[in-house]
This record gives sequence, structure tokens and C-alpha cells, in this order.
Amino acid sequence: MNALPEAEDLLQPLVDELRARVTPASAMIGLYTGGAWLAERLHPMLGLREPLGLMDIAFYRDDYHKQGLKHDPKRTRIPFDVEGKDLLLVDDVLYTGRTVRAAMNELFDYGRPRSIALVVLADRGGRQLPICAQHCGARLEVAEGMRLRLKRAEGGRLSFELEHAA
Amino acid sequence: MPPNPQLNANGELQHLLSIEGLPREILIRILDTAESFVGVTEREVKKVPLLRGKSVFNLFFESSTRTRTTFEIAAKRLSADVINLNIAASSQSKGESLLDTVANLSAMQADMFVVRHASSGAPFLIARHVKPHEHVINAGDGRHAHPTQGLLDLYTIRHYKKDFRELTVAVVGDVLHSRVARSLIHGLTTLGVPEVRAIGPQTLMPAGVEALGVRVYHDVREGLRDADVVVMLRLQNERMSGALLPSAQEFFMTYGLTAERLALAKPAAIVMHPGPMNRGVEIDSSVADGPHSVILPQVTFGIAVRMAVMSMVAGH
Repeated sequence: MNALPEAEDLLQPLVDELRARVTPASAMIGLYTGGAWLAERLHPMLGLREPLGLMDIAFYRDDYHKQGLKHDPKRTRIPFDVEGKDLLLVDDVLYTGRTVRAAMNELFDYGRPRSIALVVLADRGGRQLPICAQHCGARLEVAEGMRLRLKRAEGGRLSFELEHAA
Repeated sequence: MPPNPQLNANGELQHLLSIEGLPREILIRILDTAESFVGVTEREVKKVPLLRGKSVFNLFFESSTRTRTTFEIAAKRLSADVINLNIAASSQSKGESLLDTVANLSAMQADMFVVRHASSGAPFLIARHVKPHEHVINAGDGRHAHPTQGLLDLYTIRHYKKDFRELTVAVVGDVLHSRVARSLIHGLTTLGVPEVRAIGPQTLMPAGVEALGVRVYHDVREGLRDADVVVMLRLQNERMSGALLPSAQEFFMTYGLTAERLALAKPAAIVMHPGPMNRGVEIDSSVADGPHSVILPQVTFGIAVRMAVMSMVAGH
């Protein structure tokens, strides 16, 4: 397995790449928890006009009947009309694709965006659904059984963490 | 001590039967989850797919409009199929037993029963006999408990007052017959409210109510002084037996909430009522419709709270 990249080093190149995509109709939505942290960093760097939206997909998960309702779901807040927007959907790590599927289902209950692009800091492979990221900070090989996720230190510094999945 | 019939082996909520006996963490989790559902109920599409394909049976052996309707809306907003049983017109009137009724509905692949019954303990009896994948929610049993009403009261208080640990809450009126009061008082003490007051005449105060951690007042002016939250209870005429009260007019004169009496509470006090209100009996119209009243927001929050409870139990 390759060494984990420095999360902080991936931000600026990702922003440079995203700048080419930004339109007057662009808006950003971060997925709790790691994706929200990442979006809180990317959003001001891109200077988007619409305020940042934050989404918790707990009510749209496909494993509810097995896992039950996740503890402490956050309230989804999208402070703009998604109708006709070019959305940048931000998550920390792309893995099976199930979170993104759930997020898109939730998004369409808010309206019909013009486009959605997926932005992730890391793609670890292992997809179970036909979903891919349009913008990706780094591609990593992570073994099945391991969980890769973003951590946020008290000062706000982001870093990757690898642990055994429970 | 027998295991809590509401929790499964992992300590998760399996049924909601009463607030009494629920750990603080579960109460907080219900309120937090409800807050996320408030966001859903404010959207244009007020529906999430959590309970898609599940069947929820509303079993109301006692009449109710608001509670049955809000349970129905909550289940529908979770994408469940809802079946309302008109019990008065059903086999119960032909002599079928409660458990036989439930067993028949279970044979129709029910996933959840929302039960209101005039007999205290009826939802507990049902919960003891349902299959492992079936869930029971108490929507009011006799004088015993009305946990979702208590939870929506707690939600409303937290929404307006934030910290339970600094509050004085006054519950006024017919405490004796009120399952709402009982559920709320258990919730308030579990969440650490330092001062819970019960205000009413001796004849409408249950014996030993002080043991629940409340201070009893018979003088409404004394009891309302510096309260942060005033919860008015409905005078339950249909539950009155014998001469507990001289008249509704006299009750209003002695305990009814008027603007003048409310002025004794804190300036930012909120006024709550579980409904249906008897205007001019327990509450004056000017207070019910006044700036301190949060009676209608209670109804709105009640839907989100019931969505939270249903989605938590159905996931286990």
C-alpha cells in the first residue's frame, strides 16, 4: 500500500482545476462529515456567490433496513435554490459510490440542478455503483477491510486517516 | 429488575411505550433526530424514503383527530403505507380480543402499530406479543402515558429555551387525568430541569405526585411566578367521574391562564397546550393567540418528532 498523501497539499491543485469549471450558476454542497469539512475549505477559495450547502444523507441511505438510523444525523441545509444550478458535490473519500447515490436522490427532492459534478479529495477504488468523480485530489489503493477518512484537527488542518473498519 | 420492554438487547429503541424508564441519551437522540426531520418538513418535497414498503397500522381504540393525523402524516413523510383502523366499526365491537386483532393485522404483514387505548398498559401488552420485526408506538394509553406528546413538548421547550438545566416549568390544570403531564414530567426530570411545578386543585392532583420530583402548588399565582415555560392541560371532561370540580367557569376563575396571570411568569415565558383547547376554561383566548403562545409550533414539531421515533424504532 502506498503512503497516504498530505490532505492539505491536495487542496490548491483541486481548486485550480475547479476554477475552470465554475460558472455564474455554480454552487457547492458538502456531505457530512468529511465532505463538509473539505467544502468549508474549498468554498471560500473558489469565491462562489451562493452560500455553501451542507447535506446529511442519513435519511436516504440504502442500508437503513440493516443498520438502522445513523446516530446523530445532521440537518441538511441548502441555503439556495438548486433548480438550474451547476452543483459541485463534495465528499472526502469516494469508495463504493453509495453515499453519492443517496446524495443525488436527496438533491432531486430539492429541485432539478442543471448539472452535478462530484469533487473528492481521494478516490480509493472499490466502486459498487456506476459513479465516478469528475475532480479528484488523489487516487489511492486501499485494502477492503480498511477505512480511509478525513480528520480535522482543532486548528482546522485536514489529514487522512487509515483504520480497520469496525 | 426486568429488562426495559422498549429497548432491544443492544439498548436501542425497539418500541416507544413511555418516557419513564428511557435513558437520557435516547431522549436526546430522539430530539436531535427530530431536528433533522424539521428540515425535511420545511422542504417542497416533504418526504424521505426511509420506511418505503413498510406498513404502519394506526390502531385508535379511543378517538383522536390531531394525534392520529400527525402520526399518519409522519408515516407518509417517511414513505410508509398507512392504514387507519376505525375500531368502533371493526371486529372489536363484535367481541374480538385486542391480541386477536393485532395477530390478524400481523398476518397482513404489519411492520408498526401506533396504538391509542383507553386502558393503561394496552400498548405494553401488544409489544409483548408482536413479532421481532414489528414495532409498537404508544399514542396514549388511559391515564398512563403519551410519550410522543411528551417528546414534542420537550422538543418545543428546547427549541425556544435551549438549556433544560436552567428552567422552571409549570404544568397547570388537571394533572390527575393527564397522561401528557405524566410523560412530560418524566422527560423534564430526566433531562435535568431543576424546577418542575404542578399547579391545580387538590382534587385534580394525583396522590404522591411529589415523588416524581415536582413541587405542588394550589395557588396559580404563586406557581406561575418566574416560570420560563407554562404548560396548560386540557380539562378532561370525558374522564371526570364524580364531583371533582364545581364547574368549568369556576375552574377558569381559579386556574385559567389569563394575560394578567401570565404576567407573573418571566417576560420571555412560552405558553404550551397539548390540544384540543377549551378556550375560556383552562386558557383565555387572548393568551392562546398571544405572543407567548407556541401552541401551533408544537403541532408542527410533533410531526418531526413522530418521524424521528418511527424511523428510530423501525431501524432496529
